[in-house]
Amino acid sequence: MTEPVVFTAAGIRRGMVASIPLLFGLAPFGLVCGITQQGVGFSLAETVLMAALVYAGAAQLVVLGTWTHPAPILAATLTTLVVNLRMALMGPVLAPWLDRMRGWRPWVSLFTLVDPSWALSVRDMNAGGRDGGYLLGVGGMMWVNWIVTSVAGHLLGAAIRPPPGHPIFFAALAVFVALLVNLWRGKLDLLPWAVAGAVAAATARLLPGTSWYMLAGALAGSLAGALRDARRSGS
Amino acid sequence: MSLDPWTAAAILGMAAVTYACRAGGYWLFRQITPGPMLRAVLSYIPGTLFVSFVVPALLAGRAHTAVGTVATLAAAAWLAWSLA
Repeated sequence: MTEPVVFTAAGIRRGMVASIPLLFGLAPFGLVCGITQQGVGFSLAETVLMAALVYAGAAQLVVLGTWTHPAPILAATLTTLVVNLRMALMGPVLAPWLDRMRGWRPWVSLFTLVDPSWALSVRDMNAGGRDGGYLLGVGGMMWVNWIVTSVAGHLLGAAIRPPPGHPIFFAALAVFVALLVNLWRGKLDLLPWAVAGAVAAATARLLPGTSWYMLAGALAGSLAGALRDARRSGS
Repeated sequence: MSLDPWTAAAILGMAAVTYACRAGGYWLFRQITPGPMLRAVLSYIPGTLFVSFVVPALLAGRAHTAVGTVATLAAAAWLAWSLA
């Protein structure tokens, strides 16, 4: 924590380069989203609008899974809020960078915040990275990639029309599984991850059809880890 | 290239709450001074959040989901190990 945090074009470029391997992994996710949007009757303009403004694959897929005509404005908005509440927990983790960015920089960078860009940025920050531009570099590339692959999926959708439950839809889950490998820090993560998994599974069973389980699991697991640490250092 | 007003309204609603989540959590965090406990909780959020997403999906999934997950884990671990 000795060097000051900066926000430079070099940092943005470094983030853009770091995002390239992830773009390949995320492409199927965008394709699936585009295919699904085409499937529920979106026009190409609507697909582009959703990709560019919402830019949250998990929420989009959950909402599109229950899409109706006319569009379910309130249900779509509320479901998106619940699925994306996790993002409210992600921003503060990057506070050491964001706190030192001026003007528009933290707020535009946060617009591009998405699970993989956040995971990469946390890793870079923990490894001593001091350039907040990295977050915008990774996020910006993923945003462009998201729009392009969504459009490609939309165009592809008309051609292949996969049924629900088709293995192609596993792409969304695979993205998160791959991120977990990068986030494992060692034995200290064992208890919080176990608690998170158990609580999430139980909540998903108790409240089927909702996505509260993500928040419940994350909060319970993290609290368990923090309480254990406090007890260890306390007495 | 048509834009249905109901669909557009739903997209705008989704976009508004999503940005509120992206920026709002950090904005709120700036208004309060986090103690050691809150900081410890936040340090665990990354992993626990993704575990919470993956585990219920795995339990609900069929055989190909489990096979795919093991394959993804193996590939990602190998990639992380070979790049390190």
